[in-house]
Amino acid sequence: MALIELEDVRRSFTVRTRTGRLRREKREVHAVDGLTFDIEAGACVGYIGPNGAGKSTTIKMLTGILVPSSGQLRVAGVDPARERTALARRIGVVFGQRTTLWWDLPLRDSYELARRIYRIPDARYRANLDRCVELLELGGLLDTPVRQLSLGQRMRGDLAAALLHDPQVLYLDEPTIGLDVVSKGRVREFLRQVNREQGTTVLLTTHDLVDIEQLCDRVMVIDHGRLVHDGDLAGLHAVGMSERTLVVDLAEARPPIEVAGARVVKVDGPRQWLAFPAQQSAAPVVAAVAERYPLVDLSVREPAIEDVIAKMYARVAIG
Amino acid sequence: MADTVTGAGAETLLERARWSVRAWWLMAGMWTRAVMSYRASFVLMLGANIMITSLDFFVVVLMFQHTDRLGGWTLPELGFLYGTSGIALGMANLFVGSTDALGARIRAGTLDTMLIRPAPALAQLCAERFSLRRLGRPVQAAAVLAWSLTALDVAWTWDRVLLVPVLLLCGTVIFSALFIGFATLQFWWGEAKEIQNSFTYGGATLLHYPPTIFAKELVAGVVFGIPLAFVNWLPALRILDRPDPLGLPAAFQYASPVAAALCAYVAGLLWRAGLRAYRGTGS
Amino acid sequence: MPVSAKPGGPPRGRPPRTATAGAARVYLAVAAGSFRRYSTYRAATLAGAFTNTVFGFILAYSFLALWQARPGLGGYDTAQAVTYIWVSQALLVTVAVWGGGFQDDVQERFRTGDIAVDLYRPVDFQGWWLAGDLGRAGFHLVARGAAPMIAGALVFDLRVPHDPLVWAGFLLSVLLAVLVSFGLRYLVVLTGFWLHDSDGVRSVMLVVSMFFSGMLLPIGLFPGLLGEIAPLLPWASLVQVPTDVFLERSTGAGLLGALGFQAAWAVVLLALGRIVQLLATRRVVVQGG
Repeated sequence: MALIELEDVRRSFTVRTRTGRLRREKREVHAVDGLTFDIEAGACVGYIGPNGAGKSTTIKMLTGILVPSSGQLRVAGVDPARERTALARRIGVVFGQRTTLWWDLPLRDSYELARRIYRIPDARYRANLDRCVELLELGGLLDTPVRQLSLGQRMRGDLAAALLHDPQVLYLDEPTIGLDVVSKGRVREFLRQVNREQGTTVLLTTHDLVDIEQLCDRVMVIDHGRLVHDGDLAGLHAVGMSERTLVVDLAEARPPIEVAGARVVKVDGPRQWLAFPAQQSAAPVVAAVAERYPLVDLSVREPAIEDVIAKMYARVAIG
Repeated sequence: MADTVTGAGAETLLERARWSVRAWWLMAGMWTRAVMSYRASFVLMLGANIMITSLDFFVVVLMFQHTDRLGGWTLPELGFLYGTSGIALGMANLFVGSTDALGARIRAGTLDTMLIRPAPALAQLCAERFSLRRLGRPVQAAAVLAWSLTALDVAWTWDRVLLVPVLLLCGTVIFSALFIGFATLQFWWGEAKEIQNSFTYGGATLLHYPPTIFAKELVAGVVFGIPLAFVNWLPALRILDRPDPLGLPAAFQYASPVAAALCAYVAGLLWRAGLRAYRGTGS
Repeated sequence: MPVSAKPGGPPRGRPPRTATAGAARVYLAVAAGSFRRYSTYRAATLAGAFTNTVFGFILAYSFLALWQARPGLGGYDTAQAVTYIWVSQALLVTVAVWGGGFQDDVQERFRTGDIAVDLYRPVDFQGWWLAGDLGRAGFHLVARGAAPMIAGALVFDLRVPHDPLVWAGFLLSVLLAVLVSFGLRYLVVLTGFWLHDSDGVRSVMLVVSMFFSGMLLPIGLFPGLLGEIAPLLPWASLVQVPTDVFLERSTGAGLLGALGFQAAWAVVLLALGRIVQLLATRRVVVQGG
């Protein structure tokens, strides 16, 4: 049986807009417009889409904050709308931009509160805390007030807080936003372990395709409240014809580089931008360039999710 | 009802109430420790708080520099009204006063965070940003009440003695219900925080003065409408042996527990309706 | 909250070329913008006016009772005493006896750290916030002053002036009251450059301001030394002076004296604010921003 089941879930809001001095207009907005999908226990799923597509409305319904206007929804065996507190014990939630830790208190205090609010048995609490502390390298930070933690440390602290009660599902909203490369790597590594070893089902929303590439075996794309893609990442790249960008700094300004499998999209003095298909490895392109041009520096940029999706729509519109 | 069904099966109302109180206690404890990490600021704010609340009574004292009686009542009698009303409002503010920022909590997303914890959202909201500096008002009001009790000339029969703690308890419940009930307006009307002030702080100010100085319609309004009169006016008539300006049956003077229960019930209904509207269940 | 209504600091960019005319235009625009910004908080304004009305009723009855016991107390007849309450309720938010207005915005800029940049903007820091506060006061006088006053007039016998000159004098007095109030709040807010947060100072100021403005009781009713000092302090400008102008207790030379008293405090406080602002700027320079 699937852990998360949605069947034709809809959610609309009434929005009042002021049209004149005193006149107001009521409008129905369909934030989620007929979602149907299942997520099996132990899966790691990326949930992406442009802002305002219905992502956060979906998450709010899955966590029991919002009640669907219509449709069937079950998470971990309960109906989130009717059994909010029972559900709360079975899920963990982390918002990238909003910490649930206590700002002025040592990190440990937030965990102690979680132990009591979630009524976690002592032995389990200690085991889980020890595991999180070890994997997230929080050992030296437990007695530090949260306000003194760096963004990356705080995110790791938040992850631990969300997992102390052994949730079956972990919802993550932009878990790597604003983090440096090292912190991002640590967070991803930890999530992979939680998913593979603990079997925790993970559903994450993100704007960072690397999160999805490294963590998720399945991607769902939502737009205007409907699923427009549900499959693996390669499929998304194929549909979206997405491209990665190789940025090269040459020793001097040169005419556009000519190599097979990539095309120059921009030149600015000694710096040139080359686009190549996202499914392809960067290595042959780099090798070809290095062979014939005086390279000073280079970097590879991942395609932005927005671009991938935009291209996908453009294709759907043409096809 | 959406929120009463839990995974643990049928939780009794009593268990639920105990869990609410415990959740409140845990959260309020966390906030207290957080505030105490800025100790100097806390002491300063507590002092300022006591000064602000004292100002109201100081003005009453100044009024009595120019007269012996206000509406036929003496200064110790006003002290009794002031003390009881201040304690009730102050304790209610201490326990549930944080609900006044509901609109802001909704806008900041804090309410959503509360809804994903396995504890009653109302208990969490009441404990949010809890601060012991709110003790300023009840402490100052208690001092005034203590003074008035020594200065009053009352024949302390057993029912009068008993009425004092009962009215303090019921007054706290009534003001708590007003805080919560009017806070729920912010589910629909996010910036309407001040409406609540009219009935809580405004109500307490009304109760500082004897009922005899107000228009009868207004007095009737706070007996049968928003039942502020049960906080201290009606029981005080009995304790201080004063005639009722409305000439109501004497039973009203003992009826504060009934009024308090009714207020709590209505506030509970309003909160549920508000939360349902927010989550999008009803309508 | 609509994004357009968000408070911001002075703009970046070059100062206008024709200094005085340009500056005047900027300040007018700032004041008008602030007026509009406050007018977008409709629910809050309505709720606030309702609260002023409720408190007006309660306090008016308490004054009625006092003046019933002591007719003519402090030189006010009963109608004047009740009117005193309603005028003071109308002024409470307008002249920000409680603090607030631009103060909240500046404190927010302290929290975000934007304040250090604000001091180096081409538009004068004090002038910018003063213009905004005048716009706010204008809105509050209309929205939170008029409505409770009308409600009060429906139930109580109020003493409303008929002479347009008295009204003119009253409006001028309210304007000066806002200037004095701004001067005081500006000093409080500048303490933020030296203190961790200015909330403590603000609370003390609130107590002093509520009492010495005559908001709770006419200053003339204060006993002994309090009664002698209170009329000389700047806070008297906030409520007591404009209300006495409204009640036609200050007329002719008395009116000029009252306005002069307010104007003098306004000048002193604004100048003081300027000096403290200079010290604050120097402090920011020393700390390296």
